[in-house]
Amino acid sequence: MPDPSGPLGPLEFGAKMKQLIIAVKATLVLAVLTGILYPLAVTGLSKALFRHRADGSLIQANGKTVGSELIGQRFTRPEYFHGRPSAAGNDGYDALASGGSNYGPTNQKLVDRAAGDLKQFRADNPAFTGAAPADLVTASASGLDPHISPASADAQIARVAAARGVGRDQVRRLVAENTEGRQFGILGEPRVNVLKLNLSFDRAAPLRK
Amino acid sequence: MTGNGLLQIGLYVAVLVLLTKPIGAYMAKVFAGERTWMHRVLRPLEAAVYKLCGIDENAEQRWTQYAGGVLAFSAVSIVFSYVLLRVQQWFPLNPQGLANVGPDLSFNTAVSFGTNTNWQSYVPETTMSYFSEMAALVTHNFFSAAVGIAVAIAVIRGFARHSVKTLGNFWVDSTRTIVYVLLPLSVAGALLLCSQGVIQNFNSYTKAATVEGAAQTIPQGPFASQEAIKELGTNGGGSLNANSAHPYENPTPFSNFVEMLMIFLIPAGLTYTFGKMVRDTRQGWALFAAMTILFLIGVFIVYSSEQAGNPILAKLGIESAATATQPGGNMEGKEVRFGIVNSSLFTVITTDASCGAVNNMHDSLTPLGGLVPMVNIELGEVIFGGVGSGLYGMLLFAVLAVFIAGLMVGRTPEYLGKKIERKEVKMMMLAVLVLAFTILGFAAYGSVAQFHKDSWVNPPGPVIANLNNNGPHGLSEILYAYTSAVGNNGSAFAGIDANTPFFNTTIGLAMLSGRFLMLIPLLAAAGSLAQKKLVPVSAGTFPTHGPLFVALLVGVVLIVGALTFFPALSLGPIVEHFLMYQGKLWS
Repeated sequence: MPDPSGPLGPLEFGAKMKQLIIAVKATLVLAVLTGILYPLAVTGLSKALFRHRADGSLIQANGKTVGSELIGQRFTRPEYFHGRPSAAGNDGYDALASGGSNYGPTNQKLVDRAAGDLKQFRADNPAFTGAAPADLVTASASGLDPHISPASADAQIARVAAARGVGRDQVRRLVAENTEGRQFGILGEPRVNVLKLNLSFDRAAPLRK
Repeated sequence: MTGNGLLQIGLYVAVLVLLTKPIGAYMAKVFAGERTWMHRVLRPLEAAVYKLCGIDENAEQRWTQYAGGVLAFSAVSIVFSYVLLRVQQWFPLNPQGLANVGPDLSFNTAVSFGTNTNWQSYVPETTMSYFSEMAALVTHNFFSAAVGIAVAIAVIRGFARHSVKTLGNFWVDSTRTIVYVLLPLSVAGALLLCSQGVIQNFNSYTKAATVEGAAQTIPQGPFASQEAIKELGTNGGGSLNANSAHPYENPTPFSNFVEMLMIFLIPAGLTYTFGKMVRDTRQGWALFAAMTILFLIGVFIVYSSEQAGNPILAKLGIESAATATQPGGNMEGKEVRFGIVNSSLFTVITTDASCGAVNNMHDSLTPLGGLVPMVNIELGEVIFGGVGSGLYGMLLFAVLAVFIAGLMVGRTPEYLGKKIERKEVKMMMLAVLVLAFTILGFAAYGSVAQFHKDSWVNPPGPVIANLNNNGPHGLSEILYAYTSAVGNNGSAFAGIDANTPFFNTTIGLAMLSGRFLMLIPLLAAAGSLAQKKLVPVSAGTFPTHGPLFVALLVGVVLIVGALTFFPALSLGPIVEHFLMYQGKLWS
């Protein structure tokens, strides 16, 4: 048998060409299998089993799509609970530009933004005192975080109740109903879905026009 | 650190330990060509692939031929993806009408996915058609994973066989990996993820009118199938820009748990496969133990550092301690559903492995929280590691460990009954040096490279203008980029603007050298090991399955990494840590 590390004889050259031909065929055959048949099969199964999930967990109201329960959106009015600061796009919550601020911990811009947001939050929510919950003035990783912590929701209850002209207890009850615990009691963190909470308000206590 | 946090970490480790043996034993059967429980369905598929590609499943290959197969398959499939990206606008499944991808970005992306790195210089939502995601990128998630696993199996055979010249057949090993291991697990994983809310459709992007009346365009796509193989093959390239932090890629704590498990599943299982193939499962568990120790060290450093948070923000009046109703800690760049513990855990897992998916933004980690992922990659990603590459990387360190132990007592080192001699040690050291030389060399050049503003090579101007953060954190962004590229990880300190011809090209070259200049020396060493005779166990044999060996292995991994990278790291994250506690900021 020729030494494989020796000079390139006609035999070895033929063997190398043969591998190259296999490589071309394998790329095409396996691409059809993994790049086309596999995703199509999963699409078929997913749509059969979890159609709403596969299609993006979209929420309809009055026949129109108002968003997805998984994708955060921008709330600025006092009668709605507000989500976290978002670095997605120029105004935040741009679903075509998901991502975080990527500010490092010693970046002046991080501290300026957090200080500004905190000042604004305290001005909007005079009833709130004490240290701010950690998620309230930090930008999320996706820029589309649909959740806030229960403490961040709690900090906004007085403002929302006043803006809607309803009792704080009623608001508190709706927040509690929309608070999810840890999944299976263990995984993740307690959280409140901002869009779902605000939609449940609009159903329970429609704004006086 | 909270009680629940520790419980979540404990649960993860427990489930991983429980899955290691079944998946490892299954893979051992697959690569031995034995019958497995899905034989009836999968064997015809396997046979069809051999027939269509002209593969002789009984032919054995020497290490040079095996390496030739690896290189041919990688090269052809990289060119395939490059071409598809360059012409994507003329292919179907492009509802957003996205344009063809430019040459430097297509090169970077094709190499990135072909080397199992999945570094992404682009925003997927506005760059890649559904067809490109599937045919150009998902395919590589399978191919590059299969290449890694096949090489690991060949390296194991180098130890397991004796007095032969061949290591198996690359085409058979990689086909079996795809057909018997990756495809079934991906289908199951994709369905689990979809049940949690990961999207799987071919719809055009959703136009929503938000509650406050704004317009929001929400991307869609066939992404559950991509997400599953992205984690399972330790690929990490996201179908959406925020990667596994995006609610459509990772919607719930349970989907997060599944994704974290899928990253470590095959690398952990391969330690058992290794034990099975060398006919002593204790050898596999010894590697598993060393990996678990290194993994837990990383988890506790990141978790405690992230929970301690940023003292500069705390001074503004932001809560840093965890309470029952909010997570505390450093929540910049993290999602509420994951909080501190699941973000920390994911960060360590994705960089121990060569995955590089992120569920939080590593650029916004605290200095020590960001140090650990960098070190994890710089150690060679041997803590479970990439699929296949983690195991052959750890075997490299195991050989170095017995070599060093042999030097200390003045005996010829042996591992698994094979004498470790000059050729093997040379090849192993070559792989270690390539890692250090390319990371540090590229990072050093990247830190000082000067270009004119608006130059074609790097439009922002000098490289420092590509950074999102200044001071030591800026150096960390550059160091992390090349560390991630050479380590074939793919995660990033993502503030850096790397989508310029300069970065796309240098990072592309770094990925190629990190992949193939490591893999080929290892195959060469395996080829030489397979030819050796077995040395009978004697009283002088150093046992490589006990706690002493595990401690030695952990020590060698840490010392080699520490000596090589400590100077660079001290100028980045380490100095930033101390300056952060002094309240120093950079504008």
